[in-house]
Amino acid sequence: MLAFFIRRVGQSLFVIITMATLVFFGVNVVGDPVAMLVAPDADQAEIERVIRDFGLDKPIIQQFGLFLKGLTRGDFGNSFIFGEPAIELILDRLPATLELAIGALLLSIVIGLPLGLVAGLFPDHWGSKTIMALSIFGFSLPTFWVGILLIMTFSVSLGWLPSTGRGDTVSVLGLETSLFTLDGLTHLALPALNLALLKISLVIRLTRASVRETMQQDYIKFARAKGLSEFRIVRVHVLKLVLIPIVTVLGLEFGNLIAFSVVTESIFAWPGMGKLLIEAVLQLDRPIIVAYLMLIVVVFVTINLIVDLTYTALDPRVRLGGEKA
Amino acid sequence: MTKGGLMKLKSAIIASVITSVGSITFADTLTIGLSSEPTAIDPHYHNLSPNLSFGQHIFDPLIKQNENQGLMPGLATSWQPVDENTWELKLREGVTFHDGSLFNADDVIASFERAPDVLNSPSSFATYTKGKEVIRIDDYTVQIKTEAPYPLVPNDISQVLIISDEYADATTSDFNDGSAAIGTGPFRFEEFIPGDRIEIAANADYWDGAPAWDAVTFRPISSGPSRVAALLAGDVDLINGVPTSDIEVLSEEEGISLWQGSSNRVIYLHLDQFRDSSPHISGIDGSEIPNPLLDQRVRLAISKAINRPAIVDRVMEGVAIPAGQLLPEGFFGVSGSLEVEEYDPEGAKALLAEARYPDGFSITIHGPNDRYINDAKIVEAIAQMLTRVGIQTQVETMPRSVYFKRASSGGADGLPEFSLMLVGWGAGSGEASSPLKSLIHTYDPEQGFGSSNRGRHSNAEIDGIIETALATVNDDARAALLIEATERAIGDLAIIPLHFQVNTWATREGLQYAPRTDEFTLATGVTAAE
Repeated sequence: MLAFFIRRVGQSLFVIITMATLVFFGVNVVGDPVAMLVAPDADQAEIERVIRDFGLDKPIIQQFGLFLKGLTRGDFGNSFIFGEPAIELILDRLPATLELAIGALLLSIVIGLPLGLVAGLFPDHWGSKTIMALSIFGFSLPTFWVGILLIMTFSVSLGWLPSTGRGDTVSVLGLETSLFTLDGLTHLALPALNLALLKISLVIRLTRASVRETMQQDYIKFARAKGLSEFRIVRVHVLKLVLIPIVTVLGLEFGNLIAFSVVTESIFAWPGMGKLLIEAVLQLDRPIIVAYLMLIVVVFVTINLIVDLTYTALDPRVRLGGEKA
Repeated sequence: MTKGGLMKLKSAIIASVITSVGSITFADTLTIGLSSEPTAIDPHYHNLSPNLSFGQHIFDPLIKQNENQGLMPGLATSWQPVDENTWELKLREGVTFHDGSLFNADDVIASFERAPDVLNSPSSFATYTKGKEVIRIDDYTVQIKTEAPYPLVPNDISQVLIISDEYADATTSDFNDGSAAIGTGPFRFEEFIPGDRIEIAANADYWDGAPAWDAVTFRPISSGPSRVAALLAGDVDLINGVPTSDIEVLSEEEGISLWQGSSNRVIYLHLDQFRDSSPHISGIDGSEIPNPLLDQRVRLAISKAINRPAIVDRVMEGVAIPAGQLLPEGFFGVSGSLEVEEYDPEGAKALLAEARYPDGFSITIHGPNDRYINDAKIVEAIAQMLTRVGIQTQVETMPRSVYFKRASSGGADGLPEFSLMLVGWGAGSGEASSPLKSLIHTYDPEQGFGSSNRGRHSNAEIDGIIETALATVNDDARAALLIEATERAIGDLAIIPLHFQVNTWATREGLQYAPRTDEFTLATGVTAAE
């Protein structure tokens, strides 16, 4: 178990260092941030001052050296646009994005799991067929289009929910969150649903496939023969097995929810990291892009690590395989 | 847009004057959805339109700009030249900052010292303060000395917002968290949550009378369709940057009013006029040919081949004004005799034949796709129009983050890369010397001339007129010089103007907004409809 743990942590560190190099050089060859920042009627002296202030006059290798040096202290440099430490700006926006991701994750489980169970247990019922047909929409409709549609329906036509923005926040354990205010939750509903749509479909399909597979297993037949109630079979014997792939996939998908909420955040003017990133990309705010990508790499690597470790807890075969190696 | 509609639009622009604030009888809070938010509350941090626009709420400049960028008294009640190199300003007495301290000449000096010199500024205000020395005469009189005669002192200082000298050493974060965001403006700063909202509240003691709104919230909603939806849902009362594709629908929507006005931004083509052989031009058969754009007849042919009314009508959905010069009518230094070039494809073909290109040539036109309203579509339309008169035109558009670097210095030896390109220019100073100096004057980084002259058109006589104008303090004489320079530059086809952007704001019913040429969105411009 310990060897497995150490080996996985080593791999994770290697991935992070490789990505730091790729991200830095990748971002630094694109465009000219100074041309984006300086007012068009500024003179040459002003342009040169900005180049100097941002350290862009130094050779790229020296810039990379400074970047790595900063990295060891957790310093990604100052945002070109906001003049504040890039990582702080991103972390300031992290709670909003986490709220959105958690909301979407909960929705996908709360809606997806029961629907998937029904579709798996009664595959020939018309209700199940409707569920499966609808789940195709969840996969195939573009997020930005659904987002606008949701706003037009629930905000403009029905007037039930606010169209954009984040609601009132309260401080919980030092974090400003809108999860615990009514205003906050009404603001969260639409963007979370929009972000969850694809995941709901995913959970439905995954659950249905697993349930159908599991129901054919001998031990289920045996349990039935033993006279266990159908409810108990589903709750204890089926659900537990079905949850394993869902935990894996949702673990990875949670990373996706955090990293790629860009579209949803832009449409719903949600003040999260995704909106910060897309604006940084458009305006070539390199420190923010680099810090964001590095943060996402770390998040993904960590989630993978946790999923792997959870796996070993859930499934003894992985654990034993790890010990042998 | 029909001709009648266009005339209406034009007269609306000319007629738009300072609206007096009527008595407001309904809810007195206002929520504004902004297409782009300020990067800081610090008024001296970033010389950027959303920052300048927001800053007007908390702070005042010495000289204000009205809706048409005309100069009006702000914290200075009068300004005039006392000699060639000196301007004297009388300051408004009895004005207090939000913390209760009295405004006087020391605050002006502190502001002009801080403005060009803020740490980590991505674009500083040195552009407006350089070459000017502010001297305190007494508590309510200052003089501004320049190194040489310079007529634009009032325009330049209208861009610098005045802070209290107590906060001369405050950092940008001190302003963002509110501890230093103390101005003399019509609103007090309340809260700034980047990406989410900015809240301000009325300054009841404002020297120009308390504002009509008790509290104003600005919410950044960068996505156009979402901004429109937020207005339709009633979550915001006013939005700026209404997408052209939504204007027709919104104009028929009940409960929504649209407010339009021309901007100070001209959309134009720059043409390679400095290379003997231009990188994106070849013969019809792909062979290398001498740069045809050096021939004035070819440039005129291109201008005649472009159907400006059609672009305005179909690409811009009527929301633009065809352009024949650098600024729309009504601005200082605009020629009364320059006409929009007529669409004349036959004339264009004849000119090409006369210039010995009867079969045309092949060219690539470049443009950004996320900078100006419908920029990529305009470029595509122009390419088709040019192809119709025999100039085989390919289109290449790209994001502005890549475009402007290539347009300014992407070619060999750091020269501008493109042969024919679409660009826009907004005249921040609100008069004609701004585009003349940056776009028309010969490229001269030492002197700060021609900084955006990406076609490198160069005419020593026009340069001379521009330089004389920039040293002529007398308004009438300067206007005449600016007009002469503009007429000669357009006659030379130094650039090919296409249209002036028109900006659109939308409000819920019952409100009206006074459109501004500088594209600012000000809570003080929102009033109850009569």
